[in-house]
Amino acid sequence: MVREEVGEIGRDDMLIDGVETEQKPNNEVPDGFNVNYLKIYYGKFFPYADMHKWMSYGNDGKHPGCDQSYFGRREFSFTLDNDIYLRFQSFNNVPELENAIKEKCPFKIDIGPVYSVDPAKRHAYAQSGDNVFTPVERELIFDIDISDYDDVRFCCSGADVCPECWPLMTVTIKVIDTALRDDFGFNHILWVYSGRRGVHCWVCDGKARRMTNEQRAAITEYLHVHKGNENSLKKVTLVGQSLHPFLGRSYTEVLKDFFEEKFISSQNLFSDEERYEKILEMIPDESITSELRGKWQDNKRVRDDINVVRWSHVKHLLQSSKHKGQGIRKCVEEIVFTFTYPRLDLEVSKHMNHLLKAPFCIHPKTGRVCVPIDPKHCEEFDPSGVPTLSKLLEELNMGALGTGGEDELDNTSLGESIRYFRTSFLQPLLKSCKEEIESSYTAKIQQSKNSLNW
Amino acid sequence: MEIVGSRRKNSSFSSADDAAVVSTIPLYRSAPELEVRLDDFELYAIHRLRVLKGISDGLSRGKKPNEMENLTKELWKVNMRNSEASEVANKDIISHYVLRLVYCREEELRKWFLSMETTLFRYRFQLETTDAQRALLKEFDLPYKAVSNAEYESVKEKLNQVVRSIGQPLSSADTIYYKVPFEQVPDLVATRRVFIFKGYAYVAMNQVVSLLMTQYRSHLSKALVLTNRKWTSMILEQEKDRLTPIVEALSTSYLGPDYSQPREYGEISLKDIDQVAKSSFPLCMRHLFEKLREDHHLKHGGRMQLGLFLKGVGLKLDDALAFWKAEFSRKVGAERFDKEYAYGIRHNYGKEGKRTDYTPYSCQKIISSTPGVGDHHGCPYRHFSEENLRAALDKMGVGNRAVQDVMDKVRNRHYQLACTLTFEAIHGASCDAGINHPNQYYNDSKNILESRVRATRMVDTLMYAEV
Repeated sequence: MVREEVGEIGRDDMLIDGVETEQKPNNEVPDGFNVNYLKIYYGKFFPYADMHKWMSYGNDGKHPGCDQSYFGRREFSFTLDNDIYLRFQSFNNVPELENAIKEKCPFKIDIGPVYSVDPAKRHAYAQSGDNVFTPVERELIFDIDISDYDDVRFCCSGADVCPECWPLMTVTIKVIDTALRDDFGFNHILWVYSGRRGVHCWVCDGKARRMTNEQRAAITEYLHVHKGNENSLKKVTLVGQSLHPFLGRSYTEVLKDFFEEKFISSQNLFSDEERYEKILEMIPDESITSELRGKWQDNKRVRDDINVVRWSHVKHLLQSSKHKGQGIRKCVEEIVFTFTYPRLDLEVSKHMNHLLKAPFCIHPKTGRVCVPIDPKHCEEFDPSGVPTLSKLLEELNMGALGTGGEDELDNTSLGESIRYFRTSFLQPLLKSCKEEIESSYTAKIQQSKNSLNW
Repeated sequence: MEIVGSRRKNSSFSSADDAAVVSTIPLYRSAPELEVRLDDFELYAIHRLRVLKGISDGLSRGKKPNEMENLTKELWKVNMRNSEASEVANKDIISHYVLRLVYCREEELRKWFLSMETTLFRYRFQLETTDAQRALLKEFDLPYKAVSNAEYESVKEKLNQVVRSIGQPLSSADTIYYKVPFEQVPDLVATRRVFIFKGYAYVAMNQVVSLLMTQYRSHLSKALVLTNRKWTSMILEQEKDRLTPIVEALSTSYLGPDYSQPREYGEISLKDIDQVAKSSFPLCMRHLFEKLREDHHLKHGGRMQLGLFLKGVGLKLDDALAFWKAEFSRKVGAERFDKEYAYGIRHNYGKEGKRTDYTPYSCQKIISSTPGVGDHHGCPYRHFSEENLRAALDKMGVGNRAVQDVMDKVRNRHYQLACTLTFEAIHGASCDAGINHPNQYYNDSKNILESRVRATRMVDTLMYAEV
């Protein structure tokens, strides 16, 4: 399919952000991004060994069940300074990876699937006729971008985020993370800040990596609620007498409280006519909407938050016994889902061959490091507080860097992210990979024994 | 398969008395050792193809499951019946294996065949009697057990919640559930028709067909790859005077043209494009075209849908680049266009990446796409709200009466028929074949308009002659 090749083009930071006004503050250390600084970052900070450990999934061990070719069949892709894409890069070990990154100094590193054969040699295999070059493993990935929420946030648009709209991402993490763990039984999930305006999710369990495209699509659809596009009024339609347990749980445990207690006030959803009309559009009953309009027209001054008051009007009318119709009662939920339910970039998750930016890259527009986010404490995450390239360099100048070894980054502001990545994600992941490799090896031995025993 | 139901009386399908019941649906596990006359070889295949094509059309018209069930029943009856019962079974098996040969040879063909055969299996299964279904279930020999009484009670509330959420009355709810890895029932997961907990889906007895479909599909999928290997390594050469021509003819005769090469109206030039968009583009493309002119931007799905259509219409690569650049550069600047978007356009024309010459999207593909926030692609008849669709039709010049007819079709989810009616209203001419492809819409429209131009020229000439 086409997507394989055009994968990353037109997505993420390729989207149109309007006119980019680059403001250079007059600090001594220029804020943001700079090739020379990036070189230093790749020289001193980037966690090559950890990335290699992760992408090897235990296959770099000594166990006879290890697949030594595994890491070498993974596609990496570099976006260079002058917007040149280098696709299908592959490396056999840490030094190869490290040397290539240091030499090319990519502005962006993307990670693709593990292929059946070394992606760098794909042409040699293509000559044999049979289509042997095909993706065989890939983490289940999600890409959530806050610019997809532009129709429901009024504080920012496009690439901008602020403390008023960032919580939409927090909600996303909570809803999706819980579903992935409780419903689908995945354990090894990494959430990463995309460096600017969104989050990425990597589901790394063995069974997630081996899923077919159809199975990926099934999970994606399960998590996908918004059906409307630019040309339909209703973005969310809920059917049936009750919500599916997953949606019900998301609603009662996350969305409802967030919407009522934070979002309606922070976005002033009911403050003026233009905004509340957007909500009234979702109610398919004229008598209700005109009653509400009448109530709100005189713009009475109220002591409480006008948004909260008006939302209670909506809820009261919709849920009152006067209107028995199923469709009307569900409107309350539909409104909440429309504004707050996660909006996934579906295509990214459905196909194995999509690329996704590697964690610990630096976003070229913000200079921020793409650090992991702990889903257990995701509401504490503040995108403006993540380590930046210039901050790390300042720390380097002040001698914060250790003298080599595992913990040399400990005293820098990247230390905490690296610690989290290792202890909460990598260690448990590698432990289960090891067990998996051992048990599948034992099973294989057993099987070959049995077949000899006949 | 072992069943431990929560209600004993429902769980008797491993008992002896239904051993006699045999399903009429073969699982096509091994090729038949039958002698087939060459005529029948071809004829049977064509008959089965009619069934599959009918199913494919039904799906693209958005028919509901119960409509699909009736459709399948009807198609099967019309095309596959035979006076002798034993012949019916043979015809079923032979036609299936012939079509495997026909459809094994390319990825796209395999995908279509796999999907239609699996759908056919699904509805045939549902048309069977309960006893026959159970017999077939046993034949599959699935390694799953029904959940125990105790486990059922512990999740009962959630299971009932799912039943209510998919709009079924609780009273009819199954109490026998199978607990299977969610990967086995992707269709049920995707539509949230099952309760899922820690990686396992609770599949109700009346949903078991999904499990069987997964098995059937994966078996057939592997078989098709093997058949393909056999075809290229042996059959193609051995049968080059006998079967090969038949098989090759079969594969092209029924899928319809793919519109990857503009045939009828070789080229379209940039200066005409606005005029042509107005007169001959179907609504889906017209809408994308107008949005592009308005916003100077389209998201990926829109670029693909419109871009490949324009290629099919006859827009040359150089013109396509100029066309997209003229719009996009107003929004993102020419430099960024060259860097980020030009690649995708050259890619569509097979000049980058895998260098495949991609084919324009068919109605079926467009209808089943899922445009999201900020997207303008998809099928307007399916993806627009009623209000927006009315406005769009009005703008196209469709009269009030015709709009009503179109909306009727839309409500019944006959999106392609709705588009056909629009076509007829605008062109004042009938379109008997129906619209199946945006490029077909374009070609048919051009045909009509050109013939009118010729007709008026004729009249002009005649008039001159008279003078």
